[in-house]
Amino acid sequence: MTSLSRSAARSNTSLELRAWNIRRKALLMGEVQGQGYIGQALGIADVLAAAYFHALDYRAEEPEWEGRDRFLLSIGHYAIALYAVLMEAGILPEEELETYGMDDSRMPMSGMASYTPGMEITGGSLGHGLGIAVGMAMGLKRKKSPAFIYNLMSDGELGEGSTWEAAMSGAHHKLDNLICLVDFNDQQADGKSTEMLCSEPLTEKWEAFGWHAQRVNGNDLAAVVKAFDTARSATDAKPRVIIFDTTMCKGVPFLEAREITHFVRVEADEWGKALAVLEEGKPA
Amino acid sequence: MTLASMARKYEPRRLPDGERQATSAMIASLAAEGYDTVAAPFGHALVEAARKDERIVGLTADLGKYTDLHIFGQEMPDRYYQMGMAEQILMSAAAGLAREGFIPFATTYAVFASRRAYDFIAMAIAEENLPVKIVCALPGLTTGYGPSHQATEDLAIFRGLPNMTLIDPCDADDIAGMVPQIIAHEGPVYSRLLRGKVPSVLTRHKPDYKFLLGKAQMIREGKDVLVISTGFMTMRALDAAEQLARDNVDVAVLHCPTIKPLDVETIAAEAAKGGRLVVTAENHTVVGGLGEAVAGTLLTRGVSIGGFRMIGLPDEFLEAGALPTLHDMYGLSVAKVAEQIKSWL
Repeated sequence: MTSLSRSAARSNTSLELRAWNIRRKALLMGEVQGQGYIGQALGIADVLAAAYFHALDYRAEEPEWEGRDRFLLSIGHYAIALYAVLMEAGILPEEELETYGMDDSRMPMSGMASYTPGMEITGGSLGHGLGIAVGMAMGLKRKKSPAFIYNLMSDGELGEGSTWEAAMSGAHHKLDNLICLVDFNDQQADGKSTEMLCSEPLTEKWEAFGWHAQRVNGNDLAAVVKAFDTARSATDAKPRVIIFDTTMCKGVPFLEAREITHFVRVEADEWGKALAVLEEGKPA
Repeated sequence: MTLASMARKYEPRRLPDGERQATSAMIASLAAEGYDTVAAPFGHALVEAARKDERIVGLTADLGKYTDLHIFGQEMPDRYYQMGMAEQILMSAAAGLAREGFIPFATTYAVFASRRAYDFIAMAIAEENLPVKIVCALPGLTTGYGPSHQATEDLAIFRGLPNMTLIDPCDADDIAGMVPQIIAHEGPVYSRLLRGKVPSVLTRHKPDYKFLLGKAQMIREGKDVLVISTGFMTMRALDAAEQLARDNVDVAVLHCPTIKPLDVETIAAEAAKGGRLVVTAENHTVVGGLGEAVAGTLLTRGVSIGGFRMIGLPDEFLEAGALPTLHDMYGLSVAKVAEQIKSWL
């Protein structure tokens, strides 16, 4: 384990505050555009805080450092959340926040490798990330690198056949340097994921595909951190998956209470209100 | 509600006495009368290149033996990945390996790469300009299995994809020459492949011939007709040219194995010479292949020519059957190429 050399050890800022900062930055970006996948960003903020400030090894000043753990964003539309954490980690300069989604910005609405430092792949065509992660994990093993590959995907992507080709392949090739993170918020474009194409029983499914599987509350930071540690320290020659049950819009109760859809509608005057509500809950 | 039966009625074929019915059994090698053959030129060229370059790895989707990649797998088992019958992970994993600094060769049949894995080639490989080399057997009409295996539109599909380099080699000389050049080329490549015993054609017609990536080359001069051909249709064109010479028709053959980027300078310069009839010849549908690419080139450049015709597959799902029968039926045999050219003069 190289955990002490990881970024978390460099900072006294709590993970709670990191997650709060990520939520705040995502809301500020949403306010700039007057829209955005804010429900997903608020829901995944705790997982991203644990990933970038506890689990991953990287150098903020050198995003392409060969020894880094690779973090792939398969779900391109979660870019708003990843930009927030990349800024929080110092990989993206914070002064670019207000360019989100604008012409000439390095932060397009859907994440692309050719635009943004720290964005490893072009996501967005769903069901691609895990397969690319499999190839990168093979490549790291060929290079005898101790680095890990993390792939963040959505529950909707579980409907893509390519996800399961990649799942079988990861187990077949014994890729124990591969950790897949599934955001299970039970939402996709047309409604609840479990009502579109049900992927349950999900933990059992991944186990049957030969993976070390865990399922935790993705908005319980202690549980998230523990799951990351378990995934990293497990000794079986299997790829690892963590299914995070998350709540869309977490941290902004009036949005949480709204009838949730894939694309949460936030009125022009509500961004300020959401930021104010978030401010009240700022961790000490 | 029920659909009317789609199955056709049996109509026995009447054969002359003593003639055996041809079969559509999978033929490993392309018949090429009168030419020497080379066994598995792709597999051997890749082994040779991989000995000098540790970045090279090979991946296949249950078609190692059918794309000659098994030669590489036997020589370098730790650099060979069997991905199983799963073309989406084949292409995605190749992209991932390329991201980590390797040069992956991914092989399958042309139908599966172009149809099943297209989105993965487009977004994981081409959009990021990664050096994945996709090499695919059974191009165009090289099997009698019917449309499930006949990649008649693969070049049309990939021509629209930015960053891709497309190659349709004619013979063993092209294949062996191409391998080191596509490794040296930095971006993604899609190449069609002839495998098994592959004829050696081009050096017999032009002893100093060497494959050059991105270049069309004159193999044979002629004053009446200019055939611009790609893939094994260059072999058909050269053989047809010899037949036509006996009828005093003088046919030039410009071999154009790189479909994209197309060597528009050479094509335009050769077509401009002498007001010859220009005929394109390709083992591919006439929709979106070499023929239309050449037509577009000549039209946009205002090149004056003595007529333009395309030899290629029709815009149809093709029949199953024996390959020689099908090549005759769809105009790709030597006799039919010669016959078509003559009818246009």
